[in-house]
Amino acid sequence: MEVIRQKATDSEEFRSKQLRARDMLRGDLDDKDLDEFVQERVLTTTLEKASDWARGNSFFPLTFGLACCAIEMMTVAASRLDIARFGYEAFRASPRQADLLVLSGRISIKMAPVIRRIYDQMLEPKYVIAMGACSSSMGVFNNYAIVPADKFMPVDVHVPGCPPRPEALMHGILELRSMVHGDPTLGWRERYEAEGTEEIYPLAPADATGVNVFGAGGTEGTNA
Amino acid sequence: MSTVDPAARELSAYRKMEESVTISETTEFEGDRELLTLNLGPHHPATHGVLRLLVTLDGEVIRRLQPIFGYLHTGIEKTAEQKSYWKAIPVVERMDYVSYYFNAMAYCGAVEALLEVEIPKRAQYLRVIHLELNRIMSHLVFLGTSALDLGAISVWWYCFRERETLLDLFEMSSGQRMHTRYFQIGGVIEDIPEGWIEQVRKFCAIMPERADTYGDLLNKNEIFLQRQRDVCPLPAEKLRELGVTGPLLRAAGDPWDLRKAMPYSSYEDFDFKIPVGTKGDNYDRFQVRLAEVKESIKIIVQALDNLPDGPTITEDRKIALPPRHELATSMEALIHHFKLVTEGMRVPAGEAYYAIEGARGELGCFVRSDGSSKPARVHMRDPSLVNMQAAPAATEGWLIADMLATVAMFDPIIGGVDR
Amino acid sequence: MPDAATLERLVGALKASDSESVIDTVESPGRVAIEVKPDSIVGSLEVMRKAGYEFLASVHGVDYYPNEPRLGVDYELLSREACDRVALTLRVSTEDPHLPSVTPAWPCANNQEREAYDMFGLIFDGHPDLRRILMPEDYEGHPQRRDFPIGGEPVLFTHNEHNVPRWFE
Repeated sequence: MEVIRQKATDSEEFRSKQLRARDMLRGDLDDKDLDEFVQERVLTTTLEKASDWARGNSFFPLTFGLACCAIEMMTVAASRLDIARFGYEAFRASPRQADLLVLSGRISIKMAPVIRRIYDQMLEPKYVIAMGACSSSMGVFNNYAIVPADKFMPVDVHVPGCPPRPEALMHGILELRSMVHGDPTLGWRERYEAEGTEEIYPLAPADATGVNVFGAGGTEGTNA
Repeated sequence: MSTVDPAARELSAYRKMEESVTISETTEFEGDRELLTLNLGPHHPATHGVLRLLVTLDGEVIRRLQPIFGYLHTGIEKTAEQKSYWKAIPVVERMDYVSYYFNAMAYCGAVEALLEVEIPKRAQYLRVIHLELNRIMSHLVFLGTSALDLGAISVWWYCFRERETLLDLFEMSSGQRMHTRYFQIGGVIEDIPEGWIEQVRKFCAIMPERADTYGDLLNKNEIFLQRQRDVCPLPAEKLRELGVTGPLLRAAGDPWDLRKAMPYSSYEDFDFKIPVGTKGDNYDRFQVRLAEVKESIKIIVQALDNLPDGPTITEDRKIALPPRHELATSMEALIHHFKLVTEGMRVPAGEAYYAIEGARGELGCFVRSDGSSKPARVHMRDPSLVNMQAAPAATEGWLIADMLATVAMFDPIIGGVDR
Repeated sequence: MPDAATLERLVGALKASDSESVIDTVESPGRVAIEVKPDSIVGSLEVMRKAGYEFLASVHGVDYYPNEPRLGVDYELLSREACDRVALTLRVSTEDPHLPSVTPAWPCANNQEREAYDMFGLIFDGHPDLRRILMPEDYEGHPQRRDFPIGGEPVLFTHNEHNVPRWFE
């Protein structure tokens, strides 16, 4: 997947918007302009903001536990640090009904296509939290068997820790909530070109990105 | 199972890669009844981690069960070969992620056997206390998640509340809730802080009664009893043949426990019983673990009462780091510290297999040393991998709902299976 | 670990059943391993079973690179009567990694032999279902051999971040 960075807004456009807002506040806009302004900026943004607020306060996490971080994810849902006070207690088993995928644990190469499939089955808008060191980077295990989540799916929030304390995961989820309240699309779809369901084609060996860290000699075996 | 040549179908390379097991494409029949092969995929709320089960069903009755592993394989054993002996402890701990002290104990025990080093008594008692606390925690997670699978959700909340107290104790003694790397080669990393013993005693005072409460929540529930009593029993001979150990074997009536039979780390100093079941059905498996929680409390209280004074790690400076105050005054201490931190300890060449009684059965660690500072082979004999061999034998002929309850009662931890 | 007398008795019993089977005994602190010829492993395990070592605790592979023959298999046995452990080992080379499977006689070795095949390439003849268990089915290579690279992602520093494609392009 290509990562294309682009600026969120153009500076000239932003300036013209600022000037129009100033005119509206001063009462300087004509009726037609005023109508247009209200239509374009106030109503839609207020409606969008309201729906963002609702969306952010009601994530349905997927019951998706891989390894040790899953136990800490269960602890977040348990009684001491309970995410029900934020509204996220409705864990859904089916990806069709969930919108938050918490990658809690190490992602082995056998599991990665399964996770991608589950991610594709989720309905938009959907968010991903890479919990723990193993899913964000390789964590404690830098070897042939696991893959970091960023290589095959877009991730919104990375929560460090091994395993992260439940409070840390909670902080990550709340960060996601503030991101959602700001702008749910966040531009990552465009940046990662992650529209719809895609087939993943295996890379030709020359393009493979795994570089042997401790490469011990020999030609036996491949690191597919 | 008959297979269909994948080349005969037009598939993308990704779809071909996805078929990680050859599934029968033709319809199977048993007499005149058609059998359905269903995939309870790696992502499933009731499979206790990323376990994939292929069940061949006749209606709802299971004719064949095939567990498929590998969805959490992390190459822990190979990673441990790249690290020095000391640094391999955190790697090995993350194998069976609910009973992390046991993983560290097995590995440290194997390396200590190769080094022929003696562990101070206080360190042994501290190890026993932490191991038994971890056993209680593992059984609480088992109880909570199994009850959750069967729909008794309130038991899950209660068990996790108790688990939080235990994690607080671990955090107090070592600084981390999980994967604490508290056990070191030669002993434990540091002494327990002040006030820890009182906190543990407080916990031990309330836990037996709480365990009884959780038992009552389930024991007096008719639905639970109907789903567990006389469901999927396995006789002890069959279990021994399949290599099963631990609470599963004890539920079938065989009182084999490495803590009593081949005691390690001062277990012979403690007086405790081994709970044993009679029929080997799911109900016995559940009751055995609940009773083990109470026995663990007894062990912990005895260990606290008799906790000896002394060093908490071996005095041999070639194995354990010297205390920091010595580094300012003693040249040898500085050199030992330097060598241990940069290169690591050298272990004489040899092979060792050290087995302990883990929460799920016999947890063994095989370490081969070639004389250098990194292990040449670390293999963990995980109980869950071997116990799951009994799952097909236990569930064939029973209903899917019984199979889910049985897999829950087997308590596999896929991190241990896949390593 | 069995004492010297028991060890002699066991080696004697093994030699009695098949005179060529025992190659060596390897002693380590707390453990003794009897090395046998690969072809005689099934018979040797039966002899051990009759001697009281009825529980096969672990079957695992070891790579002795660079010593030849490279691959080894360890069979850890436990006698519940005597509360004692003994190991049987054997060595095969990578050119011909075939050895008889003990699964028909000892069903507990099933998953463990599959793992040894997956990780080391040891081929157990007679195993009912020898497929990869931990790696994906179409994986090439046997990861736990000592000359298989550890793999993994390179650690990105400023001097090598541009060498890794697809990082921030």
